[in-house]
Amino acid sequence: MVSSPPWWRDRRVIPWLVQGVVGLVVLVVIAFLLGNLVRNLSAAGLLLSWRWLGQPAGFDLSESVLPFNAELPYWRALMAGLVNTLRAVAIGLVGSTLLGTLLGMAAFSSNGLLRRLAVVYVEVIRNIPLLLQLVFWYFVVFLSLPNGTDALQFPGVVLAKSGFYAAGFEQGHWHGPALINGVWHAPLRLSVELTALLTGLIAYTSAFIAEVVRGGIASVAKGQWEAAASLGLHWSITLRRVVLPQALRVIIPGLNSQYIGLAKNSSLAVAVGYTDLYSVAETTLNQTGRAVEVILLLLGAYLVIDLLISAVMNGLNRLVQIRER
Amino acid sequence: MAPLHRRLLAAPLLMALLLGGCASEGGGSGGATGVQSQKLDTVRGRGKLICGVDGKLPGFSFVESSGSYSGLDVDICKAVAAAVVDDPNKIEYRDLNSSERFAALASGEIDLLSRNTTMTLSRDAAGGNGLSFAPTTFYDGQGVMVPVASGVKTLKDLAGKPICVESGTTTELNLADRMREIKAAYTPLKFQTGDQTYTAYLGGRCVAVTSDRSQLAAKRTSFPDPQAHLLLDEVLSKEPLTPATVNGDPAWADAVRWTIFGLFQAEELGITKANVAAKVAEAKANPNLADLRRFLGVEGDFGKQLGLPPDFVVKAVSAVGNYGEIFERNVGQESKLKLARGLNRQWKDGGLIYSPPFR
Repeated sequence: MVSSPPWWRDRRVIPWLVQGVVGLVVLVVIAFLLGNLVRNLSAAGLLLSWRWLGQPAGFDLSESVLPFNAELPYWRALMAGLVNTLRAVAIGLVGSTLLGTLLGMAAFSSNGLLRRLAVVYVEVIRNIPLLLQLVFWYFVVFLSLPNGTDALQFPGVVLAKSGFYAAGFEQGHWHGPALINGVWHAPLRLSVELTALLTGLIAYTSAFIAEVVRGGIASVAKGQWEAAASLGLHWSITLRRVVLPQALRVIIPGLNSQYIGLAKNSSLAVAVGYTDLYSVAETTLNQTGRAVEVILLLLGAYLVIDLLISAVMNGLNRLVQIRER
Repeated sequence: MAPLHRRLLAAPLLMALLLGGCASEGGGSGGATGVQSQKLDTVRGRGKLICGVDGKLPGFSFVESSGSYSGLDVDICKAVAAAVVDDPNKIEYRDLNSSERFAALASGEIDLLSRNTTMTLSRDAAGGNGLSFAPTTFYDGQGVMVPVASGVKTLKDLAGKPICVESGTTTELNLADRMREIKAAYTPLKFQTGDQTYTAYLGGRCVAVTSDRSQLAAKRTSFPDPQAHLLLDEVLSKEPLTPATVNGDPAWADAVRWTIFGLFQAEELGITKANVAAKVAEAKANPNLADLRRFLGVEGDFGKQLGLPPDFVVKAVSAVGNYGEIFERNVGQESKLKLARGLNRQWKDGGLIYSPPFR
């Protein structure tokens, strides 16, 4: 009979021991930090409290998808801000995906001019800070647009200093933008602040997405292109039917990061006067003085938005993975 | 096992990031003066005052082309620096926007906030922003500026129109209140900084811009064509612009408060930057001028009671002059703004500038 080793050298015990010690240290550190937080907050008279959420906000919002007025409580204001943020993120995701994919595909075009233009676009856009681009789009481009009858008019679309107007269905009828008493009206209207934000976000993110798509397409073996070409398939059909489906496996994880980046970058809306979650939270913080609570809510909100985007993209990723046969 | 390890490690890192900024500065002890004030000791030990200002508002705090700061708010900083560290130029200025200012004060990043800030209940209350306000240095009111060409004459004419406003200000709330009173719908376009607000206004995005009347008058001087803009007669609110210190250090708040009162009192007594030295000599020579002797620190221990040098008022007035001089130089007749004294006259002339007795 072999004598068993002492318990502290037992391979079954050691992992548990290590886990236990690490866990204990972590708990002590957390308890210390939490205690520190509570002690210092109460010393400053700032213990967490959430009652202010129910009090009337007392400020107005320039635009809101949800109905809002100054008599509604703070939490409604924050919700309105959240929905405004989600609107900008949703439109931004669709727009930058479309533009980015087109740009990424253009890098493989047989047309040399198109190929070079795509490279120039990517290099110029992604090397200038987003904040600078937003300020440029808003203060330099959109605020110099004319108003009223002088506004830029295209079929079904009008761009004016007051905003972006597009044709759409209203009460079952197709309506184009119309000038009534010097003010434009249309079924689809985006404020010039949101238009500037979206232009900046889409232009910026699409440059990064273009690189992700380009990388994905480049990862598909050359033989695939040659095989398709030998079957007489056109360049665009080869790309859509043969290469892109295989490239998606590489593209989606990279896309995930860009989507998350776009959601976070949307908080730069505050620079161009768009009423997003961050802007509402900032006003709330100033009016209530509840800095810690408001920042915690903000952190939580952006974390949840990004985790949701991540979850959807990870699901998508599983769908396009190769299944071993 | 790896994922569990990673999770265990990530949690305290996150908490450290969240909580690290909250650790207290540690206890301080009273200085040689016998007055218990951590901040007073900190400022004196550092040898300079860190003062939060706007930095972009002509007349109140503005960076001149030479790089030096000037303005009414800046002169308050200088007076306090002269009284506390004996040199009006030993100041580090921090340019703050309206959203940053309270956090900068609460976190101890600045010693004194002298940035055209309106005193209100919720900013003063311990359950609100928890500031400690000094005496009001400028009584203002909220106004509205419109382009002359717009034809807008009253607030009612602004119904349904976009109005530019700086976010996180009392201005924003007052505007909401007044427009609700007259039942006028409007679009508040909020910007984080004054520069953005006025750029959007000048860019024609808003029909009007609203702020304190003094600020509008000040900003107008830097417009390409100041004559093309008009201040409406309507005053939307009371705006007592007041320097502030952090709550919980009464000795520091007192030192700031009585330095400012000293500037008020100096004007009342006719003591100016030019004649302050002569007044001190006069007080020293004549033991019968008891009031003046106490005020200028020739006798008594007022300075010591505050934890300041005995002649702190002399130092402050020598640096920036009395309140009247500060006003005229920065925003009054000697400045580009040409604002009338109005409510900011001495109480004897029917204004609100009033110093409690130096007793």
